[in-house]
Amino acid sequence: MAASPLPPPDPQFVLRGTQSAVHALHFFGGAQGQGRPLLLSGSLSGLVHIWSLQTRRAVATLDGHGGKCVTWLQTLPQGHLLLSQGRDLKLRLWDLAEGRNAIVDSVPVESMGFCRSSVLARGPERWMLAMPGGGSDEVQILEMPSKTSVCTLKPEADAKPGMPMCLELWQADSSPRPLLLAGYEDGSVALWDVSERKVCSRVACHPEPVMGFDFDSQKARGVSGSAEKALAVWSLDEQQALQVCRTHELTNPGIADVKIRPDRKILATAGWDHRVRVFHWWTMKPLAVLSFHSATIHSVAFATDGLLAAGSGDQRISIWSLYPIRSDASTPSLGHAEGREVGTQALA
Amino acid sequence: MDPVQSAVALTVREALHTLSSSEDGGHLLSTLGALKRYLSGAENPALPGEQEEFARMHFSAVLRCLVGRLSPGWLELLPNGQLEDLWASFFLEGPADQAFLVLMESIEGAAGPSFRLMKMAQLLARFLSAGRMAAVMEGQCRQLTEPAFRLLQETLLIKVVGLPDHLGNRLQRENLEAFLPQNYFPLLGEEIMRVLQAVVDSLRGGWDCSVSFLSQVLGKACVHGRQKEILGVLVPRLTALTQGSCLWQRVCWRLVECVPDRATEALLTGLVEAASGPDVLSRLLGNLVLKSKKAQFVMTRKILFLQYRYSTPMLQSLLGYLAMDSQRRPLLRQALKELLETWGSPSAIRHAPLPQQRYISSALLICLAHLQDAELRDSQDELLASLMAGVKTRLDSSLPAVRRLGMIVAGVASARIHPDGPPLRFQYEEDELSRELLALAAPPPVADSPSEAEASPAAETPDRGSVDSGVPQAQPEGSGSDLDSDDELVPYDMSGDQELKSGKAPAYVRDCVEALTSSEDWERWEAALRALEGLIVRSPAAAREVSVELAKVLLHLEEKTSVVGFEGLRQRALVAVVVTDPAPVLTLAAQELSRPGRLPPQCGSPSPTSQPSSTQAPAWRAVVQERIRSKTRRFSQRSPGRGPDAGPNEFNLVAGYFFFPLIRHFDRPLVTFDLLGEDQLVLGRLVHTLGALMYLAVNTTVAVAMGKALLEFVWTLRFHGDAYVRRGLLSAVSSVLISVPAERLLADLPDELLEARPWLADVAEQDPDEDCRVLAVKALLLLEKLRDTLVPLSSP
Repeated sequence: MAASPLPPPDPQFVLRGTQSAVHALHFFGGAQGQGRPLLLSGSLSGLVHIWSLQTRRAVATLDGHGGKCVTWLQTLPQGHLLLSQGRDLKLRLWDLAEGRNAIVDSVPVESMGFCRSSVLARGPERWMLAMPGGGSDEVQILEMPSKTSVCTLKPEADAKPGMPMCLELWQADSSPRPLLLAGYEDGSVALWDVSERKVCSRVACHPEPVMGFDFDSQKARGVSGSAEKALAVWSLDEQQALQVCRTHELTNPGIADVKIRPDRKILATAGWDHRVRVFHWWTMKPLAVLSFHSATIHSVAFATDGLLAAGSGDQRISIWSLYPIRSDASTPSLGHAEGREVGTQALA
Repeated sequence: MDPVQSAVALTVREALHTLSSSEDGGHLLSTLGALKRYLSGAENPALPGEQEEFARMHFSAVLRCLVGRLSPGWLELLPNGQLEDLWASFFLEGPADQAFLVLMESIEGAAGPSFRLMKMAQLLARFLSAGRMAAVMEGQCRQLTEPAFRLLQETLLIKVVGLPDHLGNRLQRENLEAFLPQNYFPLLGEEIMRVLQAVVDSLRGGWDCSVSFLSQVLGKACVHGRQKEILGVLVPRLTALTQGSCLWQRVCWRLVECVPDRATEALLTGLVEAASGPDVLSRLLGNLVLKSKKAQFVMTRKILFLQYRYSTPMLQSLLGYLAMDSQRRPLLRQALKELLETWGSPSAIRHAPLPQQRYISSALLICLAHLQDAELRDSQDELLASLMAGVKTRLDSSLPAVRRLGMIVAGVASARIHPDGPPLRFQYEEDELSRELLALAAPPPVADSPSEAEASPAAETPDRGSVDSGVPQAQPEGSGSDLDSDDELVPYDMSGDQELKSGKAPAYVRDCVEALTSSEDWERWEAALRALEGLIVRSPAAAREVSVELAKVLLHLEEKTSVVGFEGLRQRALVAVVVTDPAPVLTLAAQELSRPGRLPPQCGSPSPTSQPSSTQAPAWRAVVQERIRSKTRRFSQRSPGRGPDAGPNEFNLVAGYFFFPLIRHFDRPLVTFDLLGEDQLVLGRLVHTLGALMYLAVNTTVAVAMGKALLEFVWTLRFHGDAYVRRGLLSAVSSVLISVPAERLLADLPDELLEARPWLADVAEQDPDEDCRVLAVKALLLLEKLRDTLVPLSSP
């Protein structure tokens, strides 16, 4: 065993130039076999920057939210469609193919909150969008790209979970029914069966609002962070009942975002204490505390090749390379590679 | 007359006549052959009675005659060196003591380098290498009763031990290897061993023997400072022989008992040094300490209290020896009592050099390790009383090393002496000294084989370490492998993951002042303290507006919550304020120091765990001065030998602001400090500060006035009892000599310098504190240098 621990790591490089706080990050590409992926960042000033990780410069800037904060960025697995959600109550669809950057569609968002939306791609031309709804505690489900409202998920009258704070649409391998995980203002996480429009299970994870979570559908386990001083790990059993497995105490309160790396080895949290914390996903053993930023970190994101990005209120984006993913995961079509790896793990 | 006597006498007289006159080789040969019949072991020997008579009465005369005839021509009277062999055989085969005496006598009597002298020296070397010295000594062991031999014994003793000296004196550069002390004394050791063997053999055979001559030889050799050489041979052999043999042990005990009193100390210290452990010492010495007053004095007083050059293993041997026998244990208890008294005695603490204090502390801890709880309990009250008095005195000392020893020893001793009560516990950083001392306090290992005895103290620690770590080691390994069975994700260092507190930090200096004075919000208070230095440096103008107020607040700041690094934060903030706005803040600081009852109480009382906070003031002064110095522009880099650079000293503007208010009130007892009384630590800091200020005031106009004031100040305190204060005074004198220009020193301060000189010389010679002596020598050197610079000034 090593006598002394490794010194705390430094960022691999830092992206500067957003000129306002960074609120959303998303890695894009890399799966198309074009080498290193691009990084998208959404800023407080309403701009979306597209960064090349090769030249480490912004290759394009998208201005579509009227100077209002961009809170969420997502690309669809196929094609070059980008979704950006802004506090101007608009969700924009961008076409990024062949260097274009035009708004192709726009969806009105009815909630003034900070809740980030979620998509579930069910086919190349058929995908589902979950976003905060008009009522303060509602979640709206849209069928895209037709923008037809499928349903509105409204908690029962006596539940009073408060506003939804974060959403995740997913689908179990075994069943075609889409499911929605939603973190609420009262600190609870609920699992919705979208087609039946009812809450399957709900568990109180935090005494404070849930600020961000991520869910590992392979292991049926999720982790959430809130304004309080702890992370909660919860799991879903066969009866689709949520239960809290454990909580992990932190040094400082406030987690803005949680992401699990695609290979499901580690997870990263964005802390209000200016630090990114890295944990072993399965054991929740703390692995590293990345202190570089000088303001609240709003967002963290993992690339498929394992690169970690953190965007902070200090207008900088730090890129970290920790615990490299083993070689078999770096094959171009990552979806399959992932499946394989998980498969071998399941066998083991 | 007895016919035998007269017959022998006649033969000898004729032979002597022939020897002294004849030049005929054949005749000489036959004469010598006839004489040789009287030597024991010769072919065709004479009657035993005749041999005895010859040995007793005539042997020396024959030898002297032989020596007298010795010359190159004489030896060549017969071919092939026949005559020389025969001649030499008389010395080597005859009674050894007489042969030895004649040899020595003839060597000493030789006028200068000559053929005869060299021949005799070579013969003596052969005599030694033939092992005849054992015969000399053995002869003395057998002669038990005859008082007439006293004188002879005395002479022999002097010659045996003094042989290297005599030979060295005589032969000068021609001296032979065998006579060099480093060769001779090991040989003497070997010979003593042979004699001892013979003594033991004859005791076994039922004959009486005396070892007193051997004891005298041994003692005298030790007195001559040859313990290492002679005991280096004897001790290992005796160690082996005494193991399991009572007879050898008794002979050995007798050997050390018979050593004359004046040699006891030399022998015992040599033995303690050479013995490999307490049990060896115990076998060699027996209960000597109980039988001999002198030995007791050496072992329990002299080695422990009056000297301190011995190594820790020696102390362990010695005290272990005292502990090994129930009859000797009272001595150990007594030693502990006295050690503890000395350890805590204010006078000893003040006057004993530090190495001695360390030595006494080691001895104290070793004693404690050897004594059992029951034995300690008997005199618990007494021991505890002197321990507590000692701890108090030590913690009051202004020398860190003395305080440290106090803490280390008191921690261990209180736990041993008073096991029921809570032990005294102190916070001190572990270092080599503390580890070494604490290791001594561990109970001594029970060694069952003597060869282990020496190695065991050293071997014990790693042994125990591995045994102890054996159990917990498995645990982290197990749990670690459990955790990382999935993959090997090695955590990074996460020690920097502290709680974040910057949220409430004020953004302006004024806000800080407000937060520090009136805030009840402790997080804000702490954040203000942390932010202060940065804010002051960033906006000096804003800081200047509130500088005095801020300095006052900081000086009186109390540590209300346990903020990590409170002292450092406050100090850095104060330094920043002083640098930003020196004059008013310095004046304020000096006033605050001398104003009664204003400083918080913790400033006055030295605590054992940390430096009192009042010492911060001088410390931050030093930092200020360092900064000012670094900002002083230097126009040229001169070679270091030529005195300080003559650049403008910016310190000029502010030097006096702190210095004069500080020096003014030292002799008035204030509510907070009684500088001339109990608060000597504060006085010490004050003196050091003044010295530092003086040093930094070089090339300022105010330096002369400062120097005058400082010398007067030093003069009144020069016999202060505290070493720390004296060090400060001495360095202050040096500062004055460095900082005040030479001409001005002579013009304005001649009397003070004249007075200082004898005082410095006195300190340099007699001060018990080593640092003081060194500092005084330095100051004297500066005075010398000053005179040297003045002489060329006045001469042209």
